[in-house]
Amino acid sequence: MPEQLLYAMEVTVNGLMAGVMYSLVALGFVLIFKASGVFNYAQGVLALFAALTLVGLKNGQVPFAHVINAILGTDLHTFGWKLPALLAILLTAGVMVLLAVIIERLVLKHLVSQAPIILFMATIGLAYFLEGLGDVMWGADIKKLDVGLPQGISDSIERVTDRWFGYGFFIDNLDLVATLVAVALVASLTIFSQYSKQGRALRAVADDHQAALSVGISLRFIWVLVWSIAGFVALVAGIMWGTKSGVQFSLSLIALKALPVLMLGGFTSIPGAIVGGLIIGVGEKLFEFSVGPLVGGATENWFAYVLALIFLVFRPQGLFGEKIIERV
Amino acid sequence: MLYREAGDFKTTYSDDSQTFPIRFDRMGYYVTLLIAFGVIPLVINDYWANAVFVPFLIYAIAALGLNILVGYAGQLSLGTGGFMAVGAYSVYKLMTAFPGMPVLIDVLLAGAITALVGVLFGLPSLRIKGFYLAVATLAAQFFLVWLFNKVPWFYNYSASGMITVPQGKMLGVYVTGAQTTASAKYLFCLIILVLLAVVARNLTRGTVGRKWMAIRDMDIAAEIIGVNPLTAKLSAFAVSSFFIGVAGALFFAVYLGAAEVTEAFSIQKSFLILFMVIIGGLGSIFGSFAGAAFLVLLPVLLKNVLVGQFGWPTDLAAHLELMIVGALIVGFLIAEPHGMAQLWRLAKEKLRLWPFPH
Repeated sequence: MPEQLLYAMEVTVNGLMAGVMYSLVALGFVLIFKASGVFNYAQGVLALFAALTLVGLKNGQVPFAHVINAILGTDLHTFGWKLPALLAILLTAGVMVLLAVIIERLVLKHLVSQAPIILFMATIGLAYFLEGLGDVMWGADIKKLDVGLPQGISDSIERVTDRWFGYGFFIDNLDLVATLVAVALVASLTIFSQYSKQGRALRAVADDHQAALSVGISLRFIWVLVWSIAGFVALVAGIMWGTKSGVQFSLSLIALKALPVLMLGGFTSIPGAIVGGLIIGVGEKLFEFSVGPLVGGATENWFAYVLALIFLVFRPQGLFGEKIIERV
Repeated sequence: MLYREAGDFKTTYSDDSQTFPIRFDRMGYYVTLLIAFGVIPLVINDYWANAVFVPFLIYAIAALGLNILVGYAGQLSLGTGGFMAVGAYSVYKLMTAFPGMPVLIDVLLAGAITALVGVLFGLPSLRIKGFYLAVATLAAQFFLVWLFNKVPWFYNYSASGMITVPQGKMLGVYVTGAQTTASAKYLFCLIILVLLAVVARNLTRGTVGRKWMAIRDMDIAAEIIGVNPLTAKLSAFAVSSFFIGVAGALFFAVYLGAAEVTEAFSIQKSFLILFMVIIGGLGSIFGSFAGAAFLVLLPVLLKNVLVGQFGWPTDLAAHLELMIVGALIVGFLIAEPHGMAQLWRLAKEKLRLWPFPH
């Protein structure tokens, strides 16, 4: 096969892997949107916050060390212990559940029956708050996250493809792990929502709030549940992205990339989030590969949005979304 | 006693339909204008101009523009930063291409160019709405910033990729460039703001504004009673982008002097101005001013108190500011979705009955 085509194939595969990462974030959006009709802008910041908390707990950092030092003039930094990765992950999951309860108590409860756009803007405010909180709690420096996931170029794939095509594909081990995790996550979420009692309640709420209330489903519990799950998904996304590119502010910007993913896939569809993520991932990599050099590169910054914009004009509900019907 | 419509008899139609029907309001408006034009320019110094007044005036213009789009026409936009960048680069290209022209004309032309770009990116609003549209405007934000960063023609092939404002005059006085005095900057922005505010106020209470509000409240019903959604939505985008473009032009030419697009007009700027509109009050001219003033003053205040008084590190103060702004946004949306303007309105209602409420 010609070199150029093989290279394009490699770009495509890498795009697929990047797409999985986008899908992980988009998944959290879809969950919350389905269950509560809230378009949660803070999902990306949740991922950042989860990753920051994970690093902080794992390295035994003192929360709010900056503030305490500034007020009391002390010089606190760490407790001096390091937690095993698994324990830190479990503790962080606990923190995310706590966060879900607090968000429901302080924000969502008061905004029931407001216009979707108001809720959307409230989550933007929430995003700012959490971003500030994360920085104040754990410090704003770029942190390295290592929970023992394999990293670096996969040797075996390079060897195998070299034997097949005479051209070794470079694929990051971490991306492979992310793909497996995403598959597992989607499978378990699907099983959960199809077969468990709470999952059914969740789908009932997604269908119709009032009907769900009338058969005795507690809306508030469901919201806490779904925000907890979204927090857990954010934690997974935070671990993946944090391991890949360090825990830093730009993590929360991946949330923005998840928006066009959702536009493409449809806001209400879990498979849509995955497929949308893959399309965006492959699309922007291939576009950068083919057109990028002609126009000065860095097209990845806007390609996803423009693609979503064009797509929206022709099919506003996305690939898998429910058709938007308006009645007067 | 102070704040009454009683005794203020309207004998002509123009009296009846004036902007401030209550005498006390009218007086307040004239006194504010008098202080703004007559007193502040005499006492203003560089610190106050650069830290408070000039950013306030410029952000107020941007907030007015965004409020027309979001608050009056109901089309959520996250592309404000990108449109400000269009204004900034237009004014830069115009000023370097026609050096002798009065700056005001450059600024207004920059606004007109931004209006065209705004209409272009507003086209999808005919098919989509709500946060779908918000994401569509994100496309404008990222694409425009990328464009100005990557195409050298826009920054006149300068080596650093930055744009630096040439000296520009208005009626013989420097208003841009290094030799500009604080009061010249202030007055130049103030005049534009007052002109645009009068335009905005009168647009929003006339036919055009009512069409926007009809579209905002329910687009299908508006269409049925004869509002053309095409012209209503696109005119909202055009007018709003014009304001934002003018604000971007002033932000670059008068306030910053030199700008780099990815830094000065990032997505953060879009959010900042959206927050001004939310905190100030959606669908209110006064709210745009209040929101802009609040979010310009808050960082200055926090910095002075936390860094200046307590000696905290600057980055900590910045993070606390994020938290406070976020909490305020959520708080306002819960307690008073119509923002500070609504608080002001309620206060005035109370004042009318004071001191004998029923």
